[in-house]
Amino acid sequence: MTTTSTPPHDTSSTPSAQPSAGALLLHGMRANMRQYGMLVALAFLVVLFQIWTDGTLLLPSNVSNLIQQNGYILILAIGMMIVIIAGHIDLSVGSLVAFVGAMSAVMMVKHDMPWVLALVLSLLIGAVAGAWQGFFIAYVGIPSFIVTLAGMLLFRGLTQIVLEGQSLSPFPDGFQNIAKGFIPEMGPYTQYHNPTLLIGAATIAFLLLREWRHRKRQLAYDLHVTPTGLWAAKCVAMAAAVAAFTLTLASFHGVPVVLLIMCGLLIGLGYVMRNAVVGRHVYALGGNKAAAKLSGVKDKRVTFLIFVNMGVLAALAGCVYAARLNAGTPQAGLNFELEAIAASFIGGASMSGGVGTVLGAVIGGLVLGVLNNGMSLVNIGTDYQQVIKGLVLLAAVGFDVWNKRKAGR
Amino acid sequence: MTGPGLETRPVLEMRGITKTFPGVRALSDVCLTVRPGEIHAVCGENGAGKSTLMKVLSGVHEHGSYDGEIRFEGEPVAFKDIRAGERHGIVIIHQELALVPYLSIAENIFLGNERATRGLIDWNGTLREASRLLQRVGLDERPQTPVADLGVGKQQLVEIAKALSKKVRLLILDEPTAALNDEDSAKLLGLILDLRAQGVACVVISHKLNEIRRVADAVTILRDGRSVETLTVRETPDAEPRLSEDRIIRGMVGRDLDQRFPERTRYDGADAGADALSVSGWTVRHPVDQQRTVVDDVSLTVRRGEIVGIAGLMGAGRTELAMSVFGRSYGRYVAGTVAVGGREVATRTVPAAIDAGIAYVTEDRKTYGLNLIDTIHRNISLASLPGMRGRGVAGLPGLVDGHHERSVAERYRTSMNIKAPTVLEQVGRLSGGNQQKVVLSKWIHADPEVLILDEPTRGIDVGAKYEIYTVIDRLAAQGKAVLFISSELPELLGMCDRIYTMAEGRLTGEVDRADATQEVLMRHMTRDRS
Repeated sequence: MTTTSTPPHDTSSTPSAQPSAGALLLHGMRANMRQYGMLVALAFLVVLFQIWTDGTLLLPSNVSNLIQQNGYILILAIGMMIVIIAGHIDLSVGSLVAFVGAMSAVMMVKHDMPWVLALVLSLLIGAVAGAWQGFFIAYVGIPSFIVTLAGMLLFRGLTQIVLEGQSLSPFPDGFQNIAKGFIPEMGPYTQYHNPTLLIGAATIAFLLLREWRHRKRQLAYDLHVTPTGLWAAKCVAMAAAVAAFTLTLASFHGVPVVLLIMCGLLIGLGYVMRNAVVGRHVYALGGNKAAAKLSGVKDKRVTFLIFVNMGVLAALAGCVYAARLNAGTPQAGLNFELEAIAASFIGGASMSGGVGTVLGAVIGGLVLGVLNNGMSLVNIGTDYQQVIKGLVLLAAVGFDVWNKRKAGR
Repeated sequence: MTGPGLETRPVLEMRGITKTFPGVRALSDVCLTVRPGEIHAVCGENGAGKSTLMKVLSGVHEHGSYDGEIRFEGEPVAFKDIRAGERHGIVIIHQELALVPYLSIAENIFLGNERATRGLIDWNGTLREASRLLQRVGLDERPQTPVADLGVGKQQLVEIAKALSKKVRLLILDEPTAALNDEDSAKLLGLILDLRAQGVACVVISHKLNEIRRVADAVTILRDGRSVETLTVRETPDAEPRLSEDRIIRGMVGRDLDQRFPERTRYDGADAGADALSVSGWTVRHPVDQQRTVVDDVSLTVRRGEIVGIAGLMGAGRTELAMSVFGRSYGRYVAGTVAVGGREVATRTVPAAIDAGIAYVTEDRKTYGLNLIDTIHRNISLASLPGMRGRGVAGLPGLVDGHHERSVAERYRTSMNIKAPTVLEQVGRLSGGNQQKVVLSKWIHADPEVLILDEPTRGIDVGAKYEIYTVIDRLAAQGKAVLFISSELPELLGMCDRIYTMAEGRLTGEVDRADATQEVLMRHMTRDRS
């Protein structure tokens, strides 16, 4: 505590110079290390299994299969990521998948309800289940681990009660299409699936437009901008990746319906988490609940909504899974919650909340999906598959912990 | 104590103690001498170094992390941790009690020091010994009672019983009565006197000067990390005190005010002098211990363009007052009204308080102010996200425009001089001063009428402090009303137009800038509830 007689001047108070582009890039990379790392890991896995399976992995039929096989896990992972960002957990989603699948089977198979109405009602059931859990977590204040553990038992039990221990099938074709269908072919015969090409082209155009507008506005606001060359390279890489993916799908049956649903969720919820007030409140709650509350975040309402959202997504996953199996069964969705949680953590979530992105959850889910698919193709038994997936989860989070500790020094 | 000449050899001698933390010299050349069987008080303003000195003494700061010499009962000692200190019989009881709530009294007393043979707890011995210790501290409870079932006063006694179980020779008490009511305080002070009679020396840190006069034999005064003087309170244990409270206060504040503050700028808007915030009859109880009234019938006003201070010692209820006014985010509301700009507002929740035009900048920015793992720009925008709308689709309600948000944050980075390469920097990596500027930016951007600043310069170096003062002055000059809570009296005297003083949950005085001196404030702050 020195007593100076003149207003002290801080020697380091000169305005900081514009940081170099390299430093900026490195900074951005480090901030998203886990996501970039997982993207690299995903690419590595794809190349590995592509070689190992003599090219089977990326055959158009297998790519379609891969998407349809993992669609419901990815849907769950997106919801789970948001729950985990807020600092909670949801153990009930596997049971909720089973329960909603069972209810949809009862409505359509037993009562011959039109499938669209049944689908809407199923999502509503999910919303109500989510609201039930959200009420106890947000307003009563019971920890989410306990409430959803109870939900896990509760919904599994209800499933068995509703189905009376038996499987119900078959579903109408329209409903089955959610999981197994593709968007219909149109126009003249080409070698490729026409609507898919159009969607692909539109996607590329949209992405480039977005990048361009983003850059224009960054320049307008005089924010630090990535160098032009680097930016162009990024755009080209993105366009090429989408084009390759589109051609692969277009040379088989086209875009699976599940992929459309997933992309809708990825874009929609990704946008909400990034750009909507409620999304930003979720990050704030997970990062520091006390500070968020004192900044005017309505913590209870936000928490409630997160679980309603998770309920709806679990219901959607339940319908997709039931449609894929073409049956409502009591054993549906077993361990799905663990897969979704693993996908979130591989994709960059933190146990203490506050970090993660919806895209990260999808990447994490794909890492697990490619592992599953690739290992099955090369005939690795499910016993070893489990061991390997366990180690991957440990390694992904371990790497992140190590990386953060290094950055902290 | 009267006895053979040997007894006059000091039980504790600390000489030339100097302790530096990165960037701050907390203690320099401090001396403290405690005679056998003496109750020795340590006084000083907040931040004078009292707690640091006690941590050095008890081994919390290990030997080697400070300079100077400690002699205990004539022998030089060097503690590497608290346990080493306790083995010599030096036991510290911290302000925040360190009891495990769901364990029993007996288990707590012997925690870490269990009565056991070959790793198995000797329950009979534990309970018997615990009963004996409880008797000694005058606590009439069964040793099996869980500590959570006891009030704070009784918990304090359990802490002392725990210290006695360690064969304590020197007991250090850090603000022992801060959380206690009058009756429990009296009981505790009585116990300390009993212990003195049994030959246990005692070092007491206290803000309550009347208590010091009541029990202490001597008092050492710390100021700015130095020991300025040691005064005798009474010659023999039974004598009347011959030291006045004013004399102690003079020792505590005896320094000159200097030019550490910017020149105040007057607000000359048409509505200058109009009431911006008026609180009346505000009464709040403790959230858990509902018998305790933490804020008691407080009424105050802050006018537009005015900076009004609240002075008070730790535990006076300043933060509790501020937080409860800010959307009832503390305690259980009992009575009172809040008006902003002359109109009464319902501030039942934090969002309602923000809408009414109140902002509260917390004293504990890491716990209550910031999301440390997020970026600067997202911390700045958090309290005003609905206003961060862009054009086009991004202008829909409920959406946030990231570009707009970043450019707002960039503006504050420049105007507040936040030292960081970009606003994308994680707040957790910034220094304390820069973190504080981020919190202030957040609330300034929320554009409130009234800003409640709670210890805005705590833990900040001198340079950054001046910058914060400048910001506060600028806010007042724009016509905002500022309620400035601080434990540093010079800061209040340097910045405020008026200063309220608080003690034990009540307003005890209101002093104009012209009449305010540290002595006057300190007298109000240490005043008894009348």
